[in-house]
Amino acid sequence: MMSEQPIPETSDGRLMRPGRAAGITGYGAYVPRYRLPATEVSRVWTDGKGGTPVKEKAVAGLDEDVITMSIEAARNALARAHIAPNHIRAVWVGSESHPYAVKPTSTVVAEAIGATPHTQAADWEFACKAGTEAMQAAIGFIGSGMAQYALAIGMDIAQGRPGDALEYTAGAGGAAFIIGPAESSLCTIDGSYSFTTDTPDFWRRANQTYPEHGERFTGEPAYFTHIVSAAETLMEATGTSAADYRYAVFHQPNTKFPVRVAKLLGFEPRQYETGLLVPNIGNTYAGSAMVGLTAILDEAQPGDRILLVSYGSGAGSDAFSLQATELLPQRRESAPFTQSYVQRRTVIDYATYARLRGKLVMK
Amino acid sequence: MRNQVVIAGIGLTPVGEHWETSLRHLAMEAIQVGLTDAGGLRPQALYVANSLAPALSRQSHLGALMADFSGLRGVEATTIEAAGASGGVALRQAVLAIAAGAVEVAMVLGVEKVTDQPSSSVESALATASDADYEAVQGLTSSAQAAMLMRRYLHEHQAPDDALAGFSLTAHHNAVSNPNAMFRRAIKPEQYAHAPVVSDPLNTFDAAPMADGAAVLILTRPDTLPGNGSHPVVEIAGSAVTTGALALHDQPDPLSMPAAQAATQQALLQSGLTLDDIQLFELHDRFSIYAALSLEAAGFAPRGAGWQLAQNGAISLSGRIPISTFGGSKARGEPGAATGVYQVAEAALQLQERAGENQVPNAVIALVQCLGGAGATAASHVLRRQG
Repeated sequence: MMSEQPIPETSDGRLMRPGRAAGITGYGAYVPRYRLPATEVSRVWTDGKGGTPVKEKAVAGLDEDVITMSIEAARNALARAHIAPNHIRAVWVGSESHPYAVKPTSTVVAEAIGATPHTQAADWEFACKAGTEAMQAAIGFIGSGMAQYALAIGMDIAQGRPGDALEYTAGAGGAAFIIGPAESSLCTIDGSYSFTTDTPDFWRRANQTYPEHGERFTGEPAYFTHIVSAAETLMEATGTSAADYRYAVFHQPNTKFPVRVAKLLGFEPRQYETGLLVPNIGNTYAGSAMVGLTAILDEAQPGDRILLVSYGSGAGSDAFSLQATELLPQRRESAPFTQSYVQRRTVIDYATYARLRGKLVMK
Repeated sequence: MRNQVVIAGIGLTPVGEHWETSLRHLAMEAIQVGLTDAGGLRPQALYVANSLAPALSRQSHLGALMADFSGLRGVEATTIEAAGASGGVALRQAVLAIAAGAVEVAMVLGVEKVTDQPSSSVESALATASDADYEAVQGLTSSAQAAMLMRRYLHEHQAPDDALAGFSLTAHHNAVSNPNAMFRRAIKPEQYAHAPVVSDPLNTFDAAPMADGAAVLILTRPDTLPGNGSHPVVEIAGSAVTTGALALHDQPDPLSMPAAQAATQQALLQSGLTLDDIQLFELHDRFSIYAALSLEAAGFAPRGAGWQLAQNGAISLSGRIPISTFGGSKARGEPGAATGVYQVAEAALQLQERAGENQVPNAVIALVQCLGGAGATAASHVLRRQG
């Protein structure tokens, strides 16, 4: 059911809305089962002293990568979408840990789910928000009439440099969204806005194993400036405020940042708690805000409005205003809930984690 | 000294993480405020206090750069570097030039930009203030140096673990009403007790936060002050720079800080004043141990008792010897070489009765001191309000 209220335009067209309304036809999450407690990281690196930014993080197994994880999330999305996979006209995977620098993740995923050969496929990169721009492009495909359905995935198997502050939080997981016509969707997408600047807060060169970052520079000038700018502009352009949204979900690199930005924007715990998965699975980078959205869709009621704002280092934020439809409660039962992935846990120690993540020099 | 030297203008930027502002733009902000405060005086000489720009901004030759960038192209200009004492030592050069009659109006600019590099680079750059061949090469950091002194001090004087807590408590309390301060929240004793350890026994509240900042003083003779000045005139009544052993292991008695003692004695002698005349002391508090040792070196407390002044309220704004009156390095922030200039500016604001809520009552005479390294350079100045 679409919102009855007309959405005001900004005069310079900052709000991005297609001519033909789009929405989420199906959605699916994937989080690997292994968990490394943050206390394990501090046991090895800080003698057990000092605070931890999350409780634990998800760690992928030996035979998992962004391809395998994306396939499972995509299958969950298909299960909820109730469409034939060969009706998908674009398969897009956003990640900062694609298995190859050249050779797309998306073609393997497309073939595995039965979307080939009559489909567009491409890999996306924008640090931790590579999935949401694939969503925006998918909205464009549907909204222009170029396709009925497009699949946008944000998935990561993030590497944290041993001993670095980010090792506590660099997790694995993500989500897949099939974007289709709004009138048959589980959740309409009412508008999107992107805020982008040249801000080098976090980066990795092609031949580096681990990323580097600007320490405190990653906070106020990076994460907070971009998320706040994107959220405030989107809300202004849509004539909404924090109180109009039942749920809000932000990029979640740790527990403190999304909670602080939520409060800055006027949101209360009851609005942001459902989507806040980082304490238990860590920062899933490209999938971070998106997997939070799946947890929200697992419980949202028809008519509930949702604000989603991602953040990618380098830097930029994509903000979306969404609204759950009457089709959501029944169709979401067709695939595992995100919380069931979160609760499916096998705790490991640091040594096992080092082995699983390829940190042991074998040659 | 032949001519009297007085402060004609003061300019300060807030101390903090100025991500968007470059080294030269930060300096420019302070320069513009200082020149305006000085009522149109044009300096003939510029002394730049800076210690980290070559390492952290790949920029040396700051005298030429800052003169050029601030519209003073052509004036005599140079950088003065003495680690943490750079600000006081730069002021000394300005005082000498004016006292000797070589220069009529001088600008002292303290500027430091630490937020363009990761913290490991800042730590390496700071370590160049120690003995490179015998201390830094072993991995000694400035925090570790201070920690060793603090450990020895607490042991020798059988002081409790929280003996130095009062220094950060006082600093944070004073910074609440300083709009230029980096941290403007008071802290509680429990926070000190549970603070994470930086370098045992030194915790995060014993260490001032390195940050960006720029401070300017315009100095001249009394007869060249613009007539439209509305503030009381503050004179530099005493100015002294001394040095001591650089490496900790070469100091026969590291807790006595002989350079700090001598600099203060010389400055007082020049001014014709005694310790009893001093009503506030802007001291070196980059680490809390230096605050305690500075009070003892100056003679405000006997050896080993400096920490007690922090416990019994003597260092508060209404106490016998207020320190860190605008928050000190601990709460106002620690902009490296610029700190010595901030200290003099803050003391001058006190004597000019421009300190607002931080005003020390009836302040006429102030002592200001900054240190390089673990007391290897000491620069002491005595400021006196005229009239």
